[in-house]
Amino acid sequence: MSPEMTRLLLQATGDTLTMVALAAALGTLFGLPLGVFLATSRRGELLAAPWLNGVLGLVVNATRSTPFIILVVAIIPFTRLIAGTSIGTWAATVPLTVASTPFIARLVEAAIREVDPGLVEAARAFGASPTQIIRKVLIPEALPGIVLGLTLAVVSLLGYSAMVGAVGGGGLGDLGIRYGYQRFRPEMMLAVVVVLIVLVQAVQTLGERLASRLNRRIRRA
Amino acid sequence: MPDIPFDRPNTDPRIASQPLISFEGVSKTYATRQRTSVSALADIDLAVPAGSVLGVIGRSGAGKSTLIRLVNGLERPDVGRIRVGDAEISALDERALRRVRRGVGMIFQHFNLLSSRSAFGNIALPLEIEGRGKAEIRARVEELLALTGLEDQRDRYPSELSGGQKQRVGIARALATGPSVLLSDEATSALDPETTRAILALLRRINRELGLTILLITHEMSVIRAIADRVAVLENGRIVEQGDVFEVFTRPQAEVTRTLLAGEMGLTLPAALAAQLGREPVSGAAAVLRIAFRGPHANDPIVARLARETGIEANILSGTVDEIAGQPFGSLAVSLPAGPDVVVRARAFLDAHGLVSDLLGYLPARSAEDRHVA
Repeated sequence: MSPEMTRLLLQATGDTLTMVALAAALGTLFGLPLGVFLATSRRGELLAAPWLNGVLGLVVNATRSTPFIILVVAIIPFTRLIAGTSIGTWAATVPLTVASTPFIARLVEAAIREVDPGLVEAARAFGASPTQIIRKVLIPEALPGIVLGLTLAVVSLLGYSAMVGAVGGGGLGDLGIRYGYQRFRPEMMLAVVVVLIVLVQAVQTLGERLASRLNRRIRRA
Repeated sequence: MPDIPFDRPNTDPRIASQPLISFEGVSKTYATRQRTSVSALADIDLAVPAGSVLGVIGRSGAGKSTLIRLVNGLERPDVGRIRVGDAEISALDERALRRVRRGVGMIFQHFNLLSSRSAFGNIALPLEIEGRGKAEIRARVEELLALTGLEDQRDRYPSELSGGQKQRVGIARALATGPSVLLSDEATSALDPETTRAILALLRRINRELGLTILLITHEMSVIRAIADRVAVLENGRIVEQGDVFEVFTRPQAEVTRTLLAGEMGLTLPAALAAQLGREPVSGAAAVLRIAFRGPHANDPIVARLARETGIEANILSGTVDEIAGQPFGSLAVSLPAGPDVVVRARAFLDAHGLVSDLLGYLPARSAEDRHVA
């Protein structure tokens, strides 16, 4: 590979990492509270609001069932409103965040529903308020599960970020399509795929390590 | 002995004349999916004097869990009033209930400790919830670790603790805010017999030394016997019997109480004899009596006196002497020789000496004779 191509590959990797990191951070910022609310607003739960829970659940499902590439196109006006443009790395962060928020919310919801209801009962018996129960019991107890969920979300985002390349989003996917596919440069395509594999592998390993370090349920020697 | 509560006045049993916990006409039903409602509790009247230990016993499904959860408002009654100290639990809203709950500790069958926190962190939780300062929390938690014998387990996580240690953490956590009441929800049911004894001894010590009022639920008579002052027997959501532990153990009135007591009291006959025991007196059959010796009579040589004073020679089949709530209690199974009025005369004699006797049944002549010969 020529130095020029190496430069392009590094640039694209940096763009992808920026997009994914930003979208994961924003997705967590919105998805975590949404997931906590989805888990605790069911009938008979801490913040019981079954009606609102139903509406939010519907919105989450609708977003998640829309194919990502269609979502990207469908929300172009919204992307322009936020990023000022619909092309480029920054603009691509908007649909990535919109897609990752409900995904992360569902993963957080699942992790929180795994927490033993006995712990919530104990906290209630000590006079804890719903907010205290969420902050001191549910989130810390669900943390290993939440970290594993976020790992999964970041891996999916890497895949999605390659897709936004197809609509002018920049990053590794963009590089792969324009140079590898349209200009018949199989070595570029291969390089892009290898970098993506390495990234996914690294994210997965890091996430699993962090989760098992946080998990105190398993006895360690 | 560490200081008792923080700054909450502790109810002194000698001063308190009113019960600390009381139920008046409490009922609760649950709606089920089939649109029928299941009555969990009906017409419960119960009083727990300050500083005492009340045990509620019943089979699973009798309504014990619901009963104990009504005390701290985790469950709400349909009718009736529940009071803890000056607070009428059944009339409080959620916010006011949270304040009351800080004065009512609770321990659980499955401990319910946070796996993400060490022993120290778990005990600190109720104090954090109360909004105590860091230094104050540390001092108080160290004190509780010492009280429950957990100094060496301070930084261990629940997954690294044994069942007994976990329950000690649970007890320390329940005591953290210096409550005047402790609710124990089958606290020893998941523990082995030896650990159970140690945990019950700890609870008894806390009751005596801190003057803590304890309401516990269990399905094991041995737990009641080890720790309770008073007992209430719950069946199908109703209290069928309640009273002093010694009274209820030695003169059980309800059928369910007798069943729960069987085995616990060592009153069982040898299996070979029990198998032959019949309900009806056939000719030549020997009546089998169970005699209960309570308190001061426990050591009387009653069989010898029965023979001397009435001429009835009873044959001892089995016997035990035991201690319940600190008082001696003996029980003896005897067979009486066949003969007119023997049973009536023997029981009259026993009655006259203040002994309770039960007619268990009749043994056929053959085996009764064998017994007498042997």
